[in-house]
Amino acid sequence: MKILVPIKRVVDYNVKVRVKADGTGVDLANVKMSMNPFDEIAIEEAVRLREAGIATEVIAVSCGLAACQETLRTAMAIGADRAILVESDVDLQPLAVAKLIKAVAAKEQPQMVIFGKQAIDDDANQTGQMFAALTGWPQATFASKVVVANGMATVTREIDGGAETLEFKLPVVVTTDLRLNEPRYATLPNIMKAKKKQLDTLKPADLGVDVTPRLTTLKVMDPPKRGAGVKVADVKELVAKLKNEAKVI
Amino acid sequence: MTQLLVIAEHDNASLKAATLNTVAAAQKIGGEIHVLVAGSGCASVAAAAAKIAGVAKIKLADAAHYADQTAENVAALVVSQAAGYSHILAAATGPGKNMLPRVAALLDVAQISEITAVESQDTFVRPTYAGNAMATVKSADAVKVITVRTTGFDPAAGEGGSAAIEPIAAAADLGLTKLIGREITKSARPELGAAKVIVSGGRGLGSGEKYHQVLEPLADKFNAALGASRAAVDAGFVPNDYQVGQTGKIVAPQLYFAIGISGAIQHLAGMKDSKVIVAINKDEDAPIFQVADYGLVADLFQAVPELVAELG
Repeated sequence: MKILVPIKRVVDYNVKVRVKADGTGVDLANVKMSMNPFDEIAIEEAVRLREAGIATEVIAVSCGLAACQETLRTAMAIGADRAILVESDVDLQPLAVAKLIKAVAAKEQPQMVIFGKQAIDDDANQTGQMFAALTGWPQATFASKVVVANGMATVTREIDGGAETLEFKLPVVVTTDLRLNEPRYATLPNIMKAKKKQLDTLKPADLGVDVTPRLTTLKVMDPPKRGAGVKVADVKELVAKLKNEAKVI
Repeated sequence: MTQLLVIAEHDNASLKAATLNTVAAAQKIGGEIHVLVAGSGCASVAAAAAKIAGVAKIKLADAAHYADQTAENVAALVVSQAAGYSHILAAATGPGKNMLPRVAALLDVAQISEITAVESQDTFVRPTYAGNAMATVKSADAVKVITVRTTGFDPAAGEGGSAAIEPIAAAADLGLTKLIGREITKSARPELGAAKVIVSGGRGLGSGEKYHQVLEPLADKFNAALGASRAAVDAGFVPNDYQVGQTGKIVAPQLYFAIGISGAIQHLAGMKDSKVIVAINKDEDAPIFQVADYGLVADLFQAVPELVAELG
């Protein structure tokens, strides 16, 4: 079976973003960009399923600027077989991306699509679920374990009070949580090999998808700042402050 | 008049507190609020929802295929009930985050995730970049599908209302998923989302055994919930549902103890709205001290037992 893995190029998770002074967004100039960490976990899971002989091909797909090619090369260095870029300089929102991935899936006919559960830039946590709804597939979100056998997927997923295990007929949508796996580092030979792998580029219009944004960002502000706290010398002072100053105990 | 539909969160026996915060967000938007209870044998949930102040009507869909609250079946039901509503809201908790984007996609509208404030009927504030940038967004869609960050809204009163309960027909069972089993972490402590005091531990505790040995006595003093940083969960000290952070639980208790937690951006995103933050860490440069109201640079293995003794 084929596995499709949608990936997103985002501000690196180690970067503390700065809100622009004019309130129009965050400052992305000269900021390090990387693959969304949850998508790295998704690629890793797909590659492991291929290495286990369950999947036959892993296809990475990204929707966005031409620069997403770099991110797709990283996905191929981890082990994706080929990649597709749906190139657009429109602000692609989750519903539009879900529709684009649906159109790609209609061509590629994967039996599983593995999304990262959430992109760490817009923190929306929507695209996988939306894709599942549009295709009518079942969804296994926030997965911590995926087992595929006999045309069925058994997925353990993280829930608020613990974990639950669900069984699905393929095709299925999986979205990854942190504990699903630990992605490998791309080795230099694999980075070199990835440069030669196939990367096709499409446009949203080729796929017949209207990607017009539905949400307009009116302004972006810093969060309310916490007043600077104090260091206390010892436990006695801490308890005194909590009692007499903060009055929380 | 504007009509809003709030999806109740529950376990078929009791209504989860997050529903009250979601109703509060709906009240900020304004209009007639209906609450949808989808479950199996969940009449007691509908009765509890009917008592929420400011709710006009409860829609109750009671059928076996809603017992496990699978996203596919619940979303299909919500869509079947969507006509006439300008806003559909759920809490940004596990079930809401799982289910509601399906509703949005089926209605061909955007979802506005994790709102923390309401500016008008179509404009909302939501955190992005782990809470480091607060975006004000305006929706152009006819129906606004919204998840609500519970810490952004004080809960509506759970008593005082007397909404009518209207049984509604179940939607068809899609039969797409089968629940094999659920492992719920057993604890006598309050839930992270509802606790007034939270004691959280990080990698500094060294092991799961030490985590419990050191933190439980402190948590006992306050009937506190226990939380953890991602590092502590990844290291296997505690299960995943303890995780506080950008992609774990978002909490805002009255008092938050960060013990042996360095304070990565992702952790701060989950707790920096707490009223009072106490940090105990032996590294005086740990970023957690930048958000802590009271910081104590000390060996936690000495300081925490001392703190427990001092509290008497």
